[in-house]
Order: sequence, then C-alpha cells, then structure tokens
Amino acid sequence: MRRIIINLWLVTLILMVSNLVGLSIDAAPKVELNISAAASLTDALVKIGKTYESKHQNIKLNFNFGSSGSLQAQIENGAPVDVFISASEKEMDRLESKKLLRQGTRTNLLKNQLVLIVSVGSKNKIKSFEDLVSDAVQRIALGASESVPAGQYAYQCLSKLGIWARVTQKVIYGTNVRAVLTYVESGNVDAGIVYFSDTVVSDKVKIVAVAAPDWHQPIIYPVAIIATTKKYQEAQRFLKALQADESKRVFEEYGFKVAW
Amino acid sequence: MDWIPVILSLKIAGLSLGIVLLVGIPIAFLMARRDFIGKSIVESLLTLPLVMPPVVTGFILLYLIGRRGLIGTFLYEQFGIQLIFTSGAAVLAAATVAFPLMYQSAKAAFLSVDRKMEEVARTLNANEIKIFVTVTLPAAFPGIISGVVLAFARALGEFGATAMIAGNIPGKTQTIPIAIFFAAESNEIAKAGLYALIISLVTFGLIYGVNHWLKQQT
Repeated sequence: MRRIIINLWLVTLILMVSNLVGLSIDAAPKVELNISAAASLTDALVKIGKTYESKHQNIKLNFNFGSSGSLQAQIENGAPVDVFISASEKEMDRLESKKLLRQGTRTNLLKNQLVLIVSVGSKNKIKSFEDLVSDAVQRIALGASESVPAGQYAYQCLSKLGIWARVTQKVIYGTNVRAVLTYVESGNVDAGIVYFSDTVVSDKVKIVAVAAPDWHQPIIYPVAIIATTKKYQEAQRFLKALQADESKRVFEEYGFKVAW
Repeated sequence: MDWIPVILSLKIAGLSLGIVLLVGIPIAFLMARRDFIGKSIVESLLTLPLVMPPVVTGFILLYLIGRRGLIGTFLYEQFGIQLIFTSGAAVLAAATVAFPLMYQSAKAAFLSVDRKMEEVARTLNANEIKIFVTVTLPAAFPGIISGVVLAFARALGEFGATAMIAGNIPGKTQTIPIAIFFAAESNEIAKAGLYALIISLVTFGLIYGVNHWLKQQT
C-alpha cells in the first residue's frame, strides 16, 4: 500500500514538472493580444481573428466577449487588456476620462441599427415598437441598461416613443445582447430588442421593426488601445487590420456598417 | 438604498422553504424507514443538487420548464401557465438547490430517533399518524430545525440556477445575489458591496442562531 502511494506521488510530481516545462517552451514564440469586445461582435471578430492569425503566425488573439459595461469595469479593475472595442461611446468616454486609453488611438470602427425581433415560430402579431404595450406581449427582453449598450439604446427608443412606463413591468434584462437574442430564439420571451447585426447570425428570429435613427443616440462602436498594454506595436497593427478592406467585407457580411 | 431585492429574496426563500418542508419531510421519513430496490439510486438523486454546479441544475431546469421544454409546453398548453422568467421559477430554482440540505438533516434526525419509543406508543394503541406527530417528530425536531435553517440560507443565496431560469427582472426575480452580480458587472461597487454585506450578515445570523439554539437543546 505504502509503495503504491509513493509511486502515485512520484508520477504526479513528474507529470506536474513536465507540464511546467512544456508550458514554458510552448509560450516562448507567440505574442498574445488580449482583445475585449462587445458581445455583438462575436461572430465577425472570430472570423477576422482567424484570418489575422493565419497571416501573422507569431500572434495569438485572445478574445473576451461580454457586455461593454462589464468589459469596461474589468479594464478599470486592472484586467490585462490590450485592445477594447465597445458597443457604445459611453464606456469609451469613461475609460478616456480615467486616462486608461492610449492617447490618439481611439477611432470609430462600426455603426449598427436597433431592431425589434420575435422568434420565427411566434404567433404574436407584433408589428411595431408601439405594439409592445399590447396585452398579447407578456415578456420583452432587453439588455441590462447599466452595462449593456443595446439596453441603453432600447431604453432611449421606448422613452422617446413614450411607452417605457407601460412596458417596464414586462422587461427581462439580459447580461449582454446575445443573451437577449437567446431569450427570443428559445421562445421564452415574446420579443426582444437587439442590433440588426445580431439577427444576421440567427435563423430563429425575425425582424418586425427597425428603430428610426433619431429615437436613440447613434450606435457607434469605438475601438482603442489600452494605456497599460506592453504590446503597443502589435496592438496597433491589429487595429489597422480591423480597418482594412478585407475586414470591412466581413463586418458587412455580419450586418455592420463601417464608420471609417 | 433599494430594499426590494432584499424583501424579494426573503419571500422567494420563504416560499421555497415551504415547498422543501412539505416535500422533504415525508420523503426523508420514508427513506429513513423503508427499504426498496434501487434505494441507493434514489438516495443519490435526492442529494445530487447539493453537489452539482447550480448552473447545471439551472440548465436542466431551463430545458424542462422553458416555453418549448417538456414540462413548459405541457403547462402552457394545458393551463396557459408560463413558468420561465417568473417569481415561480425563482422559487423552483431555490427549492431545488435547497432540498438536499433539508432532506439530509431530516433523514439523519429520523434515523437517530429511538425506535423503542415508537414501539411503546404502539403498545398503547396509538395509530401511526399519532405516533409520528407525538413521538417521532418531537424527537427529530432539532435535526429538522437545523435543516430548515440550512435550506433557508441556501435558498437565500441561490444564484446560478436562478439566473438561468428566472432571469433578472427587478421586483420579480431580481434577488440579492442577482442584484449583486448585475451591480458588480456595471461597476457599481457600493451597491454590490452593500447587498453582499446584508446577505453575509443574514446568513451568519441564521447559522449562529441555530447553532446556539441546538446547544441549548442538549
């Protein structure tokens, strides 16, 4: 029995040591870029990232997708992020005012539209944002307005239309815009407000109305390099690639409009 | 300071405790007294939510009670009830994760009851229900009370399963843990901290209280 335990202990030790050595060998050649990006960008950026990595063998891109608000909070709390792409200017303004952005790197990357969606199988006769007040609509999914820009824009829309007070009881708040999309896809809510680009990646939802541009602040996706980065040159090169024609095609394929 | 999540948490934990008591005590009694084929499998299933990650519990529940889930479809088509994203779903999530704590405590308490006392009552011609109410239950009472407190504290702190099936609806399903998560997500540290302090104090008070009370019982 004792021999078995000692042998097990030795095997574990050898495995741990070899793992550590393996890690250090593996980590040497590649430069890792940490990119925090709004959840709505998930599919487009993953595609752009794959192409970029295949062209730049020495670079590894680590994407961290979430609501812009929570990503901003993470950066403020010292998360090791090199590049940040927000779904609204508010988060970027806040980081800028705290001097957390590398000066002169902030640019507007993309534009988007806000749409009202229902699930494909829905029997509800929702035709417009105003229909959300009807009794047939029991649950509406929005992004949590403090941290999810899509939720802020949706709130502005519904306020502008004068129906916010009448729908507030029906609202379910998602942690990011993709959570809102999932709520609608699964049929667990009657309707949701997301970006036009989110509907491109889903065949389970349909758009019933598009918000007029003057109902909410312009939907701008700014990008910037974070001040604390140790990989400024690599980050800059990636930023440039995001604004190349090849990226533009991918962004447009996923329903965005470019802002440069 | 918004007290609604606090009141809501107490209500949801209270209701789920009621369910857990009603279901847990009879099952614990049966499991303590009866033997049957497959008992150890049932035993494991009843304790599973204690060790399973709450998100997994939530995930399973989501696919059961979701609008297109097995139970969800039935409830909606037969009774027009939609459970997902309601206070009811929050109660269900809390009750599911709190159940094993109630069940385990009650079962241990029933097992430790001296069977001779029950035999004596039986020789005095008491019927089984009377024996249970006047002999077994009082003898198992301290164990049941500690189960009640543990289950209530667990229900109060439930986050993972609740977030998945009840969502974040202020005033309906936004309990303290959900409020803490969303406040922390949007960097509202003071708000998150305050709620965290409240729930820490309440749960500490509960555990301290029951330990103190149990000591007095012996």
